[in-house]
Amino acid sequence: MTASLDDVARAQRARRTSFNEASARTRLELMLDAGSLVEFIGPEQREVSPHLRIFDLPEQFDDGIVVGHARLEGSPVFVAAQEGRFMGGAFGEVHGAKLTGLLRAAREIGSIPVLILFDTGGVRLQEANAGELAIAEIMRAVMEARTAGAKVIGLIGGRSGCYGGGGLIAGCCSALAVSEPGRIAVSGPEVIETNRGVEEFDSRDRALVWRTMGGKHRRLLGAADVFADDTVQDFREAALELIGLVGAFGPDRLKAEHERLAGRLRRFGTCKDAVDIWTAEGVADAETVPDLPADRFIALADRIGRTSRDAR
Amino acid sequence: MTLDEILVSLFPDGHEVRKDDGVVAGTATLRSGGRMLVIGVADRTALGVNEAIRLSEHVLESIDRGSGPILVLVDSDSQRMSKRDELLGLNEFLAHLAKVLIHADMNGRPTIGLLYGHSAAGALLATGLATRVLVGLPGAEPAVMDLPSMARVTKLSMEALEEKAKSTPVFAPGLSNLEQMGAVHMIWNDAAPLASQLEALLADMPAAHDRRDALGKQRGGRPKAADISERVRDLALQVR
Repeated sequence: MTASLDDVARAQRARRTSFNEASARTRLELMLDAGSLVEFIGPEQREVSPHLRIFDLPEQFDDGIVVGHARLEGSPVFVAAQEGRFMGGAFGEVHGAKLTGLLRAAREIGSIPVLILFDTGGVRLQEANAGELAIAEIMRAVMEARTAGAKVIGLIGGRSGCYGGGGLIAGCCSALAVSEPGRIAVSGPEVIETNRGVEEFDSRDRALVWRTMGGKHRRLLGAADVFADDTVQDFREAALELIGLVGAFGPDRLKAEHERLAGRLRRFGTCKDAVDIWTAEGVADAETVPDLPADRFIALADRIGRTSRDAR
Repeated sequence: MTLDEILVSLFPDGHEVRKDDGVVAGTATLRSGGRMLVIGVADRTALGVNEAIRLSEHVLESIDRGSGPILVLVDSDSQRMSKRDELLGLNEFLAHLAKVLIHADMNGRPTIGLLYGHSAAGALLATGLATRVLVGLPGAEPAVMDLPSMARVTKLSMEALEEKAKSTPVFAPGLSNLEQMGAVHMIWNDAAPLASQLEALLADMPAAHDRRDALGKQRGGRPKAADISERVRDLALQVR
């Protein structure tokens, strides 16, 4: 296929743009085929959260998420991108319902993949009950869409990471791509420290946070399938690769996932730190992993890292 | 009600449900004569990687060899908050449990959650909220987040939060709030035998189709979710 001039310009910008630092809208603009995004219920419709005003908090016209239809290398995709700079990308009633609706359409069509650009701290506390339930509905909708044949790909590299219920939704996806700053966890560092004490987890120890929850560890552990460098173009290429790789969902996948996770507990269940896990995996000089540049890390991960392919 | 009292009231014809380190598992006989898989979390136990893998194993085994509906009993803490659990990928273990339950429900093994104690956050997502019908018992105390923690995050006083909680079910802990959201389908009467209430539910199970957003709209707890998801779905179907 001959790329249009617009797409050449897009790719040039996408290579120079940090995924981590970009807004949700910039990520989509530069990741998808030039000019192809059609947004559903965009900010012009002002469908804001009905709950934030109770707390005198500012609303955002898109409630912190963009959902729509677009093209990737000419093929149709559904996309959802969370804006981590609004309320930490947290799931509220409207924010979550947009993603639920998109996934329900993907289930009915079956053949169009869904890309979810996660950037979230989890449930939006000011509407905690609605947000928690939205996440439950999304998890159900992801599994129904996958059962109907749709591929659901998670891309994780935003500033808010992918925490709380966002981590559970990510665990339901067909495949994940993650960059170094893309952290994936349920309880955030501060939450663990607040509940269990600084001896359990020192949230100010940033190196500890990165190696416990960061993209490199998740890739080596097999929790994510592809490690992307922190550019929008790298995430585009990762999305294309994963759409090509992912097979159909079926009960065999759940059994394979069970074996994969049970095996992880047997192998690494007594490890005290990520460095111990990497060493047990056969990484020489495991303590240098956090300093490896992306290309050298990807070579290492491709050589020894596990994947969750066909097992999630 | 205690776990033992609940099991006796649910299954007067007998059960082989055991509790081991807070993890509940076994089978029980229904009034109809059929069998039911029972799993759960008891004693306000935190749901970590070890508990989640054991629970999902019971469900997977039952998918292979068993039949009948599945009951998920819930009296848990939140997810286990620890370095070890996060290091090992707790999000995958909790998602796995939810996926196994959802898969079972979609494939002829209808799931019912019974919230009889506490639960919160990731533990509730992986158990009760991953079932088709979540039932509450009076006295159950679900909380996505407790008010003191919320006061810290929102920088509001406890008094201010309690005042706000009176006018909206959207953030405060409690069974009736989750019922208004559409998360809890119904609350059973703990003064009447649970067996007949279970039989009535099984005889009239709603379709597997997730309609919690419609329930939340009917009950006034979530004014926008059902309409927004429906509108996005319709718009997305038009682009074909």
